[in-house]
Amino acid sequence: MARSTTPRRKAMFTVFAWAVGLLLFFPILWTVLTSFKTEAEAIASPPSFLGFHWTFENYVTVQERSNYGRHFWNSVVISVGSTVLGVLIAVPAAWAMAFVPGKRTRDVLMWMLSTKMLPPVGVLIPIYLIFRDLGLLDTKFGLVIVLMLINLPIIVWMLYTYFKEIPGEILEACRMDGAGLREEIIHVLTPMAVPGIASTLLLNVILAWNEAFWTLNLTAAKAAPLTAFIASYSSPEGLFYAKLSAASTMAIAPIMILGWFSQKQLVRGLTFGAVK
Amino acid sequence: MATTHSRSAARLMISPAVLLLLAWMIIPLAMTLYFSTLRYNLLMPGMEEFIGFDNYRYFLTDPAFYAAFQNTLLLVVGVLLITVIGGVLLALLLDQEFWGQGIVRILAIAPFFVMPTVSALVWKNMFMNPVNGLFAHIAKGLGLQPYDFLAHAPLFSIVLMVSWTWLPFATLILLTALQSLDREQIEAAEMDGAGAFSRFFYIVVPHLSRAATVVVLIETIFLLSVFAEILVTTNGGPGYASTNITYLVYAQSLLQFDVGGGAAGGIVAVVLANIVAIFLMRMIGKNLDA
Repeated sequence: MARSTTPRRKAMFTVFAWAVGLLLFFPILWTVLTSFKTEAEAIASPPSFLGFHWTFENYVTVQERSNYGRHFWNSVVISVGSTVLGVLIAVPAAWAMAFVPGKRTRDVLMWMLSTKMLPPVGVLIPIYLIFRDLGLLDTKFGLVIVLMLINLPIIVWMLYTYFKEIPGEILEACRMDGAGLREEIIHVLTPMAVPGIASTLLLNVILAWNEAFWTLNLTAAKAAPLTAFIASYSSPEGLFYAKLSAASTMAIAPIMILGWFSQKQLVRGLTFGAVK
Repeated sequence: MATTHSRSAARLMISPAVLLLLAWMIIPLAMTLYFSTLRYNLLMPGMEEFIGFDNYRYFLTDPAFYAAFQNTLLLVVGVLLITVIGGVLLALLLDQEFWGQGIVRILAIAPFFVMPTVSALVWKNMFMNPVNGLFAHIAKGLGLQPYDFLAHAPLFSIVLMVSWTWLPFATLILLTALQSLDREQIEAAEMDGAGAFSRFFYIVVPHLSRAATVVVLIETIFLLSVFAEILVTTNGGPGYASTNITYLVYAQSLLQFDVGGGAAGGIVAVVLANIVAIFLMRMIGKNLDA
């Protein structure tokens, strides 16, 4: 809190903060390290930290034996597809609510938020049965739709809070100059809205990538994304630590990298703009 | 400023999102309500009959429900306590000046991006396994008996796993709030002779309370629906020791095929979540006016 930090104080906090940071990160680090061990070394007692025989064998095995690539592709299609579809639907809605607010805009926004509070088990059975009857169980298309609907309120809200920050005077000036709605959107609003839309895409891809209720309940072998694929390691195969680690590392690495870029948006997106 | 023209255009632009969400919410929820009044088992198709509130009576008087209700509460409250208290401490620490701030922040936030099934399996196998887990190795190294976490303290183990995911979230939000704190206010208080403790309790705590409330409410929404962690570690067991309401409804409907009973449970879960939701909506609604 005090800004005048002495070197000694700073050194002390450095040690302390790094210790806590590494402790929190340790399970991930351990998983990554284990993924390069042989199965025997992975369960050796005492475990070795770095001094083991490094191998890429597990990554090859995971791909060969369980077709990791397909599940990875499923994850990409489902998370990116649901997010892009959601943004396409949400941009016009958020734009209208931010720039042409009506008497009930507030109520609509709050209502959208309330749909997010609906616990998934409340609608699990009907969705499962509808999917079964329409042949949507275990399809990527079905999951794209469900995850789009799950994240749509967050997408609308995030875009709304970003659009709100675009000064209204600019739009008024445009209208005075005789710009129509179309020109206004294409030439003025879009360039200013791109950063907000990009952040929204980023955060929602992450959320969809890690979603593990609907993906587990609505998929089997064919359309299973990585969340469901990893769950298949829960029994006997889970005992192969090195392979579990390799599969886990590949499942979390891409999203972790995206995640580190999205820290700020994460706060704003997940608190619906209440903390910025 | 808005003309009638732009107003109706606006309505047109909002309607796809509204209609989709409306359909997503109303249709399945109405179906769940309807199923909850039926004797309906997927193994006996065509035998559905109306039985009124019987499913609710069975669900609510089933000892499994009490176990699940209690576990849900313990899980939510346990994780909230760990993440909010830990989050405040961690945010205060990360707000200090030290070398490598950016990297430590990245390390600390990382667990939040780990998907639930990975986090659960890594904790279950590589840390908590009583034979080959790291905790067992450590215990043996210290000459202690390894502890079988998931067999003897299943709920506590799940609380730990889930907290590991949500502690970074709480920290990040509280840190963001902390950084928006007006430094001059603190300096003024310092000059007026306020000690570290009174500065913390009279300035920092009130400033953080709003962010902390948001953390509590948002985490609660997610924590009420913890599912994957339970599915891949304990399957709700042993017995019902780590079954929460979400898992109980899942087990009843998709493992026992009792659609009617599961639907009644689903409605109970919706009612419970709504109680929480009302508070959250108030909080965020207030912010909308500001």
